[in-house]
Amino acid sequence: MSPLAAVLARDLRLASRRPAEALLPVVFFVVAASLFPLGVGPEAATLRQIAPGIVWVCALLASMLSLGSMYASDHADGSLEQMLLSRLSALELAAAKSFAHWLMTGVPLLLVSPLLGLLFGLSWDAIGLMALGLLLGTPTLSLLGGMGAALTLGLRNAAVLILLIVLPLCIPVLIFGAGAVSAAASGLAPDGHLYLLGALLLLTALGAPVATAAALRISV
Amino acid sequence: MKPLPRLFAFAAPKSFYRLATLTIPWLYGLALLLSAWGLYTGFFVAPTDATQGDSYRIIFVHVPAAWMSMVLYMAMAGWAAFGWAANARLASMMARAIAPTGAAFTFLALWTGAFWGKPTWGAWWVWDARLTSELILLFLYLGFMALVEAIDDTRRADHAGALLAIVGAVNVPIIYFSVRWWNTLHQGASISMTAAPKMASTMLMAMLLMALAFWAYAFAVVFSRARAIVLEREAGSEWVQAMALKNAGVSNDLE
Repeated sequence: MSPLAAVLARDLRLASRRPAEALLPVVFFVVAASLFPLGVGPEAATLRQIAPGIVWVCALLASMLSLGSMYASDHADGSLEQMLLSRLSALELAAAKSFAHWLMTGVPLLLVSPLLGLLFGLSWDAIGLMALGLLLGTPTLSLLGGMGAALTLGLRNAAVLILLIVLPLCIPVLIFGAGAVSAAASGLAPDGHLYLLGALLLLTALGAPVATAAALRISV
Repeated sequence: MKPLPRLFAFAAPKSFYRLATLTIPWLYGLALLLSAWGLYTGFFVAPTDATQGDSYRIIFVHVPAAWMSMVLYMAMAGWAAFGWAANARLASMMARAIAPTGAAFTFLALWTGAFWGKPTWGAWWVWDARLTSELILLFLYLGFMALVEAIDDTRRADHAGALLAIVGAVNVPIIYFSVRWWNTLHQGASISMTAAPKMASTMLMAMLLMALAFWAYAFAVVFSRARAIVLEREAGSEWVQAMALKNAGVSNDLE
């Protein structure tokens, strides 16, 4: 087994031992999104219009929620240091950790999003588009979040700091992700937004692991 | 032996400290003088705008502040990156000294923008692309400051801040364009800030004077803050202790 796959398998196994903890972001996602109709009011037309934004903002916050634990427990028991000393490069470690985070947080969000789409009365086309956007966008969030988690490793108030650092960087993903659905709803082609989401994903996939590896070397 | 290039003469905290001590009063004086001149030109000499009346005069503060907010972010990221790459301590100290001033100018630009927006557009805040990206710039400054303040180890704080500032600088154009496209998709061109009318030369003059005043002010404040950081970090060094003793009037055995 390659070291990269080993890290991935280890993170997934650790998560599977505590399924309740691993499900928390999804539960948060659903609960937070269902608060909006209660706050905004039950008018179907309004809800349909703001649904993409709500789902995206909630997905963004939900995937930030579990970032704190991405490196923290490994850092606390010293295994992160050992991993950095091993033949596994910091770059591989960063990529594997972010990928594991996406599998554990991004994919469940993606799977639950059609349910929320139905709650908000979106059409099946819009739901499919939203899921496609989430598929392209959530890995970017996990990659950027990995950098935030590595920078704030072992700090007081790390959970709040991560939000303050990472959220501004996530704004383009939010804009294009929610924008794709809104564009389709107003009769425009959503392709451009999806391409841009894909471009952001490529750019982040190339840049973020490098930044995360540097951050790990600074922090450990 | 080859003499050190003069370019790096002030990279040593001690010589920077001396330079800052010498220049700070002049910089403050210059800032006062230029802003008095600039404000006088802007408020009394420049003509009243045909469409906006006198309310437009806030641009003499607003536009230079917005310029400074962007320039200072780039300066901060540049110094932080240099400090990280070359392990130059003073560069990292400069980056940390610039951040609060940059955030203050960003806030000033947003605040004066609101004062301008109320009489002109009838709203304190409009989700215009420029306003929104300026707001996000403020968030980036706050993130940088929060991160470096949260880390106790100065070396780690400097390097982590540098990484964040670089990532932020790479992201600034992406954020700016995404916000622009978002804006055009959502609200159409209800307000155009880009089509500026031809400006009277006194207006331009006042704006440039204010920009220079803000530059002088930024240098003065950043130098003052950097001087304090130098003292704080070099507290263990001989020259700081000798100076402290001298200031306290204690006879000095170290020299």
